[in-house]
Amino acid sequence: MTDQTPSLPHAASARAPRTDSGFSLSRLPDAVTGWLLSLPLALVLLFFLVLPIAMIVVVSFWGATEFSIYPAFQFDNYEFLLTSPVTYQVFFNTIKYAVITWAITLVLGFTIAHFLAFHVRTQTWQIVLFLLCTIPFWTSNIIRMISWIPFLGRNGIANSTLISMGVIDEPLEWLLFSDFSVILAFVHLYTLFMVVPIFNTMMRIDKSLIEAAYDNGASGFQTLTNVIIPLAKPGIMIGSIFVVTLVMGDFITVRFMSGSQKANVGRLISNDVALLQYPSAAATAVILLITVLLVISILLRFVDIRKEL
Amino acid sequence: MTDTVDKKGVSRRSILKGGAALTGAALGSGAITGFPTIWAQNIKNVTLRQFGTGVSNLNEVGQKVKEDLGFNLEMTALDSDAVTQRAATQPDSFDIADIEYWICKKVWPTGNLQAMDTSKIKNYDKIVGIFKSGKLTPESVIAQGTAPHTVGFVDGPDGKTFAKEQTGWMTLIPTIYNADTLGIRPDLIGRPIESWTELLNPEFKGKASILDISSIGIMDAAMVCEAMGEIKYGDKGNMTREEIDKTMAIFTEAKKNGQFRAFWKTFDESVNLMASGEVVIQSMWSPAITAVKSRGIDCVYQPLKEGYRSWGGGIGLSKSLTGLELEAAYEYINWYLDGWVGGFLMRQGYYSAVPETSKLHMSENEWGYWFEGKAATGDITNPFGDVLAKAGDTRDGGSFYERMGAVACWNAVMDENQYMVRKWNEFIAA
Repeated sequence: MTDQTPSLPHAASARAPRTDSGFSLSRLPDAVTGWLLSLPLALVLLFFLVLPIAMIVVVSFWGATEFSIYPAFQFDNYEFLLTSPVTYQVFFNTIKYAVITWAITLVLGFTIAHFLAFHVRTQTWQIVLFLLCTIPFWTSNIIRMISWIPFLGRNGIANSTLISMGVIDEPLEWLLFSDFSVILAFVHLYTLFMVVPIFNTMMRIDKSLIEAAYDNGASGFQTLTNVIIPLAKPGIMIGSIFVVTLVMGDFITVRFMSGSQKANVGRLISNDVALLQYPSAAATAVILLITVLLVISILLRFVDIRKEL
Repeated sequence: MTDTVDKKGVSRRSILKGGAALTGAALGSGAITGFPTIWAQNIKNVTLRQFGTGVSNLNEVGQKVKEDLGFNLEMTALDSDAVTQRAATQPDSFDIADIEYWICKKVWPTGNLQAMDTSKIKNYDKIVGIFKSGKLTPESVIAQGTAPHTVGFVDGPDGKTFAKEQTGWMTLIPTIYNADTLGIRPDLIGRPIESWTELLNPEFKGKASILDISSIGIMDAAMVCEAMGEIKYGDKGNMTREEIDKTMAIFTEAKKNGQFRAFWKTFDESVNLMASGEVVIQSMWSPAITAVKSRGIDCVYQPLKEGYRSWGGGIGLSKSLTGLELEAAYEYINWYLDGWVGGFLMRQGYYSAVPETSKLHMSENEWGYWFEGKAATGDITNPFGDVLAKAGDTRDGGSFYERMGAVACWNAVMDENQYMVRKWNEFIAA
């Protein structure tokens, strides 16, 4: 965050009125102004991001009884976590959900954004169609998620339609309370987070570049792979970060859509919190945080977002 | 995470109305006889904050308190985990804790609750034996688990450890209890169900469910494993690590074989699973059965030959309650046991701690159906007006003594609780 400060002092000193009397920012050296300007954000981040995370790390070494936690420095929580085969299974599940959801939302999001940016000619229609995509967000995501349950159930609309069409004889059991329903809900909930940043970067692509590619005899596919995808990369990365972090941190979608039968890391944490096992929850949270940071740093290896924006 | 429902019905208008109604109500109900009339003046300004699980935190009770006693009762409904958490960690956030006995075992050592003087409880002598000696009738055998009387008394006002017999200092005043069993959809099963083993019967593959609240779920699981003859427990309410491992192994295998359609954590989930036909046999709570039935769907709270898993709740007082508020709380407790609430709860299928006073607030037909297990002579409606049974129907499981006499195990918290919770989490994640 502090990397942005060097550019700020100029703006500040340019705007500060040049008066001879009284206190003025322009009298302070540039470096001091820069620090002062970044101070509010730094304080907010310190108190609401750094301190809570530090607290979580500290508590993850504490011990717990049934109804209280006591300060200690012990590795019990990590030991239990890292030696239990269930932990690995749950982390594997979490990553599986993240990867599958990411792949599907990427294909969907990219296609929708591409359509909006390049096939819809007028800006009015672009805005209208874009707003259309956001309509589901007018209701809470819990409601959007739960509304799938009667639809996919054993005697739900999907099954009864398929049966009456003669496609199947027996209701499909795997439609609900399965990995399928979990991923379906994730895709439904998070595709827009992929559409928005990709659409945004695509809108900035200079149309003349595409014309140039066309003039040089590139096919539609070649234009896509050589011009559009490389230029839309920052949008794709931002969308990916949104989707991956949202899916990896989720617990409620997995609980409802799997009928509590599947678990991801978020559910491990929420179960621990519900049972007053804060230290164990904190330890799981620390491991999850490390995993997510690793995933994001890998993603950022591919694209330097700051440079591209 | 937990849905908190703040049920506050306090407006200036209702306070004024309550004040006017107070004189009449107080004389009429006789609820506050024995207390100096001066209370009537100050008590209007008292607000008691009660929290607990949804079962007995009903708006109607708050309104009736206002009418009969004149003071305000603010109620917050939470799930059992959240209730435990709040009672253990935020003693100043409540005046009255409406908790279950097994939660009391967990929370009492924190010192956040104060013992109650039974000499101030008017109907103490009429409270059923389960909560005092542990015996329903003199011949009864005490069931396994955290039986209410084992955590019902402490040695004195500051006692930290539970007493073995009645001491005059009670931890919780019993309010509501019931015997739980499996709920079934007879129309989709089409044959009699008699044993807990049916929960894991492959016939119901993909159509069974169990509740995902570890401390209760493990008991249902234990009832099943014992009925199958797979495990012989020393005490289902206080299992050894080995017993926990074996129980969870049997259930994990069943889960992997696709026995369960889903697990449920809230009342509504259990109702929806059953009503939609996703599940035909599952652990269930009595009012959930009622909710399914009121949608016109056939659902039975099936008595099983191995007996019931029972639970009981009571109200405890916060340590910080003193003076006028404390007196108001005692008055509230006396009012609670006086019969109106009892009748209100019994007409929903629960039992009241002092049945004989509740009888006065029920019709003969209702009393016969709910308590004595007799055939209804007319429509049985719950307090909200839904028809639950027609003339000629009898209650599943029969009379109070048949049902509460067949309790095999009480909801419990084990010595190996933390180990059990971890194993349960593994089962859910497996």
